[in-house]
Amino acid sequence: MFELSQDHQDFRALVRQFAAEEVEPHVAQWDRDSHFPTDLVPRMGDLGLFGLVVPEAFGGSLEDSDGGSFTNLCIAIEELGYVDQSIGITLSAGVGLGINPILTYGTAEQKQRFLPDLVAGRALAGFGLTEPDAGSDAGATRTRATLDGAEWTVNGAKAFITNSGTDITSVVTVTARTGEGADGRPEISAIMIPSGTPGFTVEAPYHKLGWHISDTHGLTFDNCRVPQENLLGERGAGFKQFLKTLDDGRIAISALALGMIRRMLDESVAYSKTRTAFGKPIGINQGVAFPIADLAVMAETATVLTYKAAWLKDEQEAGRRSVAEVKKAAAIAKLYTSEAAVTATRIATQVFGGNGFMEEYPIARFYRDAKILEIGEGTSEVQRMVIGRHLGLPQG
Amino acid sequence: MNIVVCVKHVPDAQADRGFNESDNTVDRAGVDGLLSELDEYAVEEALKLAEASGGEVTVVTIGPDQAADAVKKALQMGADKGVHVNDEAIHGSDAPATSLILAEAIKKATDGNPELVITGMASTDGTMGVVPAMLAERLGLPQVTYASELTLGDGKVTIRRDNDANTETIEASLPALVSVTDQINEPRYPSFKGIMAAKKKPVESWTLADLGIDAGQVGLANAWTKVVEIAKRPPREQGEIVKDEGDGGTKLAEFLAARKFL
Ligand SMILES: Cc1cc2nc3c(=O)[nH]c(=O)nc-3n(C[C@H](O)[C@H](O)[C@H](O)COP(=O)(O)OP(=O)(O)OC[C@H]3O[C@@H](n4cnc5c(N)ncnc54)[C@H](O)[C@@H]3O)c2cc1C
Repeated sequence: MFELSQDHQDFRALVRQFAAEEVEPHVAQWDRDSHFPTDLVPRMGDLGLFGLVVPEAFGGSLEDSDGGSFTNLCIAIEELGYVDQSIGITLSAGVGLGINPILTYGTAEQKQRFLPDLVAGRALAGFGLTEPDAGSDAGATRTRATLDGAEWTVNGAKAFITNSGTDITSVVTVTARTGEGADGRPEISAIMIPSGTPGFTVEAPYHKLGWHISDTHGLTFDNCRVPQENLLGERGAGFKQFLKTLDDGRIAISALALGMIRRMLDESVAYSKTRTAFGKPIGINQGVAFPIADLAVMAETATVLTYKAAWLKDEQEAGRRSVAEVKKAAAIAKLYTSEAAVTATRIATQVFGGNGFMEEYPIARFYRDAKILEIGEGTSEVQRMVIGRHLGLPQG
Repeated sequence: MNIVVCVKHVPDAQADRGFNESDNTVDRAGVDGLLSELDEYAVEEALKLAEASGGEVTVVTIGPDQAADAVKKALQMGADKGVHVNDEAIHGSDAPATSLILAEAIKKATDGNPELVITGMASTDGTMGVVPAMLAERLGLPQVTYASELTLGDGKVTIRRDNDANTETIEASLPALVSVTDQINEPRYPSFKGIMAAKKKPVESWTLADLGIDAGQVGLANAWTKVVEIAKRPPREQGEIVKDEGDGGTKLAEFLAARKFL
């Protein structure tokens, strides 16, 4: 129970080596230039990172993994996140938001058309749920899609969509109102919009506090027409579908945050042994050592919460656990680990003193990258709402 | 073409490496080890050749239990089978003994008919670089060493060897032994599929007895060379700071001249 299998450990060693050799040497520069390293994506594909939860038929390795496939994905995200959070989220969103909805809800044709390239890392896909006026309250979607003839006409805008504007982005799945239900509530469906479709504009990249290497854009749809068969999943099931997508994504964000906490711990331990003040290494002071001890507790707690949630997810896929259990564990893991990660970067920056404020050291980049973890894939408040609901608290 | 690659499990160069105090041999138990980086080039070259010609790649290693990890890594990269020679009597073996064991293991693995043997140019721990030549001698094979490019032709192998002042193109008839440099290719990373596939690949575990080698021919006691003493390199001294009082350039030049850099 408290140790990952040998397969998982072997896989971790592979991703760790790849991240150290192929990512670490470049990230400071990429971050400074807000450069998305398109060439790295197919190399991640060669390692098999995008195909961990995807069946062999589409180029993945699901059948090879003895049931621990989601855990493997979390390991990969954690190890990439240890080196750079943007690269970690590129994988996390690439699989969780890009591949997963198509894999789960796509028709045979849709899967065959998009998945092989996505799994190989020749393409990336995005998932557009958030809008300028609908974030936490994602059901308030205003984007509309109307079916006329054999085509959907999409009008509206999406905000903050990851992997939506890279040179290799092949498709973005968006949620849109496609009508009204019998109860008068909006009917929401998911529609796939291939890159380059006329009327689909990818806006200029955002200027972000962190995640500089990750690709994020606003999207606008102006009478954007796509064939009727681009509907993903059932008409009217869009809301239900993305809620499920988010559960997995939350565990993945927890893994990403865990990578960050572990990095802050390792950096702080190393620095406190070598940096001297008043003639002694700074780590000799309890004022420095205690917060570092707290980092170790955070890393341990985050590990247990993340991999318990991942294990539940794998068990649920095998039919042995309920969806509700996964939902709750995902929200708990995401909430704790993302908040701990923010605290961890604050502690590490303090340990590094003035150097922690300098971009010459990696701490500053992690400090900037931390805050989004408490916002993306559901804010901390939303996680608390989800947990509260699972505790049976009265709902307003 | 069936290819044999010799690989070594070495202490991780990133870790704090050391020696056993009792017998001045490399401490292999106390540090994390890995497939010698220089051997990854040999594995990669063999995989490329086998992929092009449809043959099998067998990796051979000698070492204690942990050395199995070097074989595992090569299998994860794509090699087809492994051989691990593991025997307590091997501890402390020098290059001649190592080449003897490798030669017998290769003969056994190929029914006495190796077609092509590839090695790295040196190990990253011992860095003697003599085993390939000794091994070729033991196997009675032509040896072409330090290859930065390798091409297979009709019954022959051609390599390019880059020297300081010139580049040699050397040909040898097959079967042959080739040692390759770190310039020859870019070793691949394993993939997740490769990791899972490696678990099902056959690995033979042989002792000296399996190879018909007498323990008296190998090991520390029978080594031709002996490490008599090991002293840690003294810690780096504090650098000398030259204060520039208008004559900084001159002082710098004097410093360099005194050390014969100028
Ligand atoms: C870099 C980045 C990448 C992103 N990538 C994607 C993507 O790929 N796809 C996608 O669809 N979205 C993406 N998002 C959007 C992200 O999921 C949303 O920003 C997030 O869900 C919050 O929504 P919002 O920004 O509209 O905040 P709001 O919903 O406006 O919330 C503002 C504040 O109010 C709080 N709040 C709101 N309602 C309640 C309530 N009922 N009770 C208590 N507190 C409440 C929130 O917790 C928050 O603190 C991304 C965002 C960023 C910044």
